[in-house]
Amino acid sequence: MTGENKKVLVEIRDLDVRYQTRLGPVSAVDDVSFDIFQGEILGLVGESGCGKSTMGKALMRLLPPTTEIRGKVIFDGADVLTFNEDQIRDFRGRRISMIFQDPMTSLNPVQRIDEHLVETIQVHEPEIKKPAALDRIRGLVERLGIQKERIEDYPHQLSGGMRQRVMISLGLVLNPSLIIADEATTSLDVIVEAKFLDELREIIDEFGVSILVITHNIALVAELADRIAVMYAGRIAELGSIYHVFDNPVHPYTKGLLQSVPSIKLDEREVLYKMPGEPPNLTHPPSGCRFHPRCPEVMPICSNHMPSLLHVTSEQMVNCWLYQDHPEKDRPTIEVAT
Amino acid sequence: MNDQINEKPRSDGTLVEVRDLKKHFPVQAGLLERLMAKRIEYVRAVDGVSFVIHKGEVLGLAGESGSGKTTTGKLVIRLEEPTEGSVKFDGIDLQTLGDEEMRRLRRRMQVIFQDPMASLNPRMTIGQAVGHPLQIHFPEQAGSHREMIYEILDKVGLSPPQFFIDKYAHQISGGQRQRVVIARALVTQPDLVLADEPIAMADVSVRALLLDLMIQLKNEFNLTYLFITHDLATAKYICDRIGIMYLGKLSEVAELREVYSHPLHPYTQALLAAVPVPNPHKRRTQPMPVGEIPDAIHPPSGCRFHPRCPIVRLDHCPKVEPELRELRPGHFVACHYAEQFL
Repeated sequence: MTGENKKVLVEIRDLDVRYQTRLGPVSAVDDVSFDIFQGEILGLVGESGCGKSTMGKALMRLLPPTTEIRGKVIFDGADVLTFNEDQIRDFRGRRISMIFQDPMTSLNPVQRIDEHLVETIQVHEPEIKKPAALDRIRGLVERLGIQKERIEDYPHQLSGGMRQRVMISLGLVLNPSLIIADEATTSLDVIVEAKFLDELREIIDEFGVSILVITHNIALVAELADRIAVMYAGRIAELGSIYHVFDNPVHPYTKGLLQSVPSIKLDEREVLYKMPGEPPNLTHPPSGCRFHPRCPEVMPICSNHMPSLLHVTSEQMVNCWLYQDHPEKDRPTIEVAT
Repeated sequence: MNDQINEKPRSDGTLVEVRDLKKHFPVQAGLLERLMAKRIEYVRAVDGVSFVIHKGEVLGLAGESGSGKTTTGKLVIRLEEPTEGSVKFDGIDLQTLGDEEMRRLRRRMQVIFQDPMASLNPRMTIGQAVGHPLQIHFPEQAGSHREMIYEILDKVGLSPPQFFIDKYAHQISGGQRQRVVIARALVTQPDLVLADEPIAMADVSVRALLLDLMIQLKNEFNLTYLFITHDLATAKYICDRIGIMYLGKLSEVAELREVYSHPLHPYTQALLAAVPVPNPHKRRTQPMPVGEIPDAIHPPSGCRFHPRCPIVRLDHCPKVEPELRELRPGHFVACHYAEQFL
C-alpha cells in the first residue's frame, strides 16, 4: 500500500505524555508525530516501557488525570485532546475503540455477553430498543464465527479464542473508524492467534476500519500490518511501509531489533544479534538520542542533540543523526536509495 | 541411605528416564456436590508420557497452554508427585527416595522459572538469594560461600559482583534479575536444570543475550537442560531435541532440526505453520485447524487431536489411541497415518 492516495484518519502532532511518579516525572511519549490512514493496519512495536501502550491510551484519552499531555491528536478534523467530557464519551466507542490484552479481565464475569453488547449499544445510542440491538449483535457475532446462541453465555463458559472474538465484537459494534488492539493476542496460543490475525484481516476488508496494532511481537506485525512504527524509549525510531522497513531497516535500533527476532525457519538467521544493554528507565532518559548508549554507530553528536523523525525515502521515516545534517556532525550524512 | 545420590553422573549417556508418567489433579468440587457424593473428576494434566534426557543435551518440551508441559517438568524434578509412572534420575528412581535423600539429590537438579521478580524474595539481597542454596547444600563450606557467590555472579555477567551483591531485586533491571535466578540455580553445580519459559518475560533485544548466556553456561558446566517453552522460534536457538505435547501426551519427539524440517504429526505441522514469520514477504496462507485445545477433564477418545485433525479417519482415530512410533531414525510420532508425510 502506498501513501499517496490514502486519506488520513488521525494526525498525531508533537505529542508529549508525562506521568508524575514518586521518582519524578516520566516522559513516556516524547515529541511523537505520525498519521494513521483510513483502512490501514499500522503496527506500533517496541519493548516494555517504550511508551507504546501510553500512545494508545492517549489516543483514547484514557490516561489518569494527573498525566501531562501536550500536542494534538486530530481525528476527522477535531482535536481529541480539547474534547470535554461529553464529547470524549461519545467519541470513545463510536469513533475509536480498544481491544485489550486479557479478555478475562476486560469482560464482566457476572454479565452475559449479549447484555454487555446491548449495554454498549444503548449507552451510545439510547434510542435503539433491545430487540433491534440484539439483531445487530447476532449478525455481528455470526460474522466473527460465534454461534448466535453462545451470546447468552457468561465469559467463563467460552473458550479463550471465543472470548477474544467477543472483545472484537465489542470493539466493532458501534462501527468505529479506528480500533486499537493493545497486545490483543499476547495471551493467546499460536494457533488461536493465527486465526485471530485472519479475522482482523477480514474485518479490515469488510468494515473498512483502521487498526492500530500495539505489540512487542515483531513477527506478528510482519504477518499483519501495512505499515510499521518502531518505538524506543518514548520516541518513534523508524516508521514506514512494512516491506521497506523489513527489507531495508535504516535506524540502528530497528536493524538490531529485526536481527534479534527468532525465526523457526532453519538456516535462516541462525545467530541472533545480541544487543548490548537494556532499554533505559524513562525517569532519567539518556541525553540526546535516547538510543545512543546502546547504539553500535554512535557519534559524538548523538549524546548532545536529539534527532527528528524525517523522511529518508517517500515510504520511510527515521529518527537518527546518521541520516540528518547538523553543523557539529563529523561524519557525512547517509543517503538512502529508493 | 542411597550412596548414589552424591556420585557423579554415570556414563551410559542417559540422565533422566521418564516412563508412563501421569498426573491427574482432582477438580475441586463444591460443598453441595460433595454432600451429594458426586464422583470426583480429574484434570489429566499429564496422561502417559515417556522420554529420556541424555546427558549434556537440551531437550525442549513445547506445546500450547494446557498441554501439560509445565507439569511434566515439575514431575521430572519431583516438585509434583506423579499419579502413576516413574522418573529415574541418573538411575535412581525418585519415588523410592525419602525426604532427606530427595533434599540432598536436589543439589543436582535446579530450576529457573519464567518470572524472576516472583522467583526472588524482595527482602533478600542478591548475595543472600544466590547464597541460600549453598547454606542448604554446603553448610560445611560456609567459609568459602562468599567466594563462590562472587564467582557465579561474574560467570552470569553480573560484574563486578560487589556492585550487585548487596542490592535488592527491585534495584536491578529485568534482564539482570533473570541472571540472578540463573546464578542461584547454578551455584550448587547441578547436573540437570529445568528451565520453564526462562526468557519469556524478557524483551526481544535482551533475549538473545540471555539465550547465549544459557548456552555458554551449559557448555562450561556440562549441564543438561529440560527447556519448557510455548515459543517454537526461541526453541530453535537452544534445543537439541524437542518433544511436542498435546493434551497431556507427547505427539512427536525428535531432533529439533528433524521436527522443524519434517514434521510428521498434523498437530506439529499446524503449530509450526501458525508461528508468525518475521518476514512480510512470507505471510502464512494455509488455514488453521478448527477449534481449540479441548479441556483435559474429558479429553477426546482415541487420538486426542482427532476432532481438529485435517487427516482424521473417523473409522479408526476416535477409537484407537496412537502409540509413539519411530518412523525415521530417532523420530517418534504418535499418529496412525503419519506415513503419508514421510
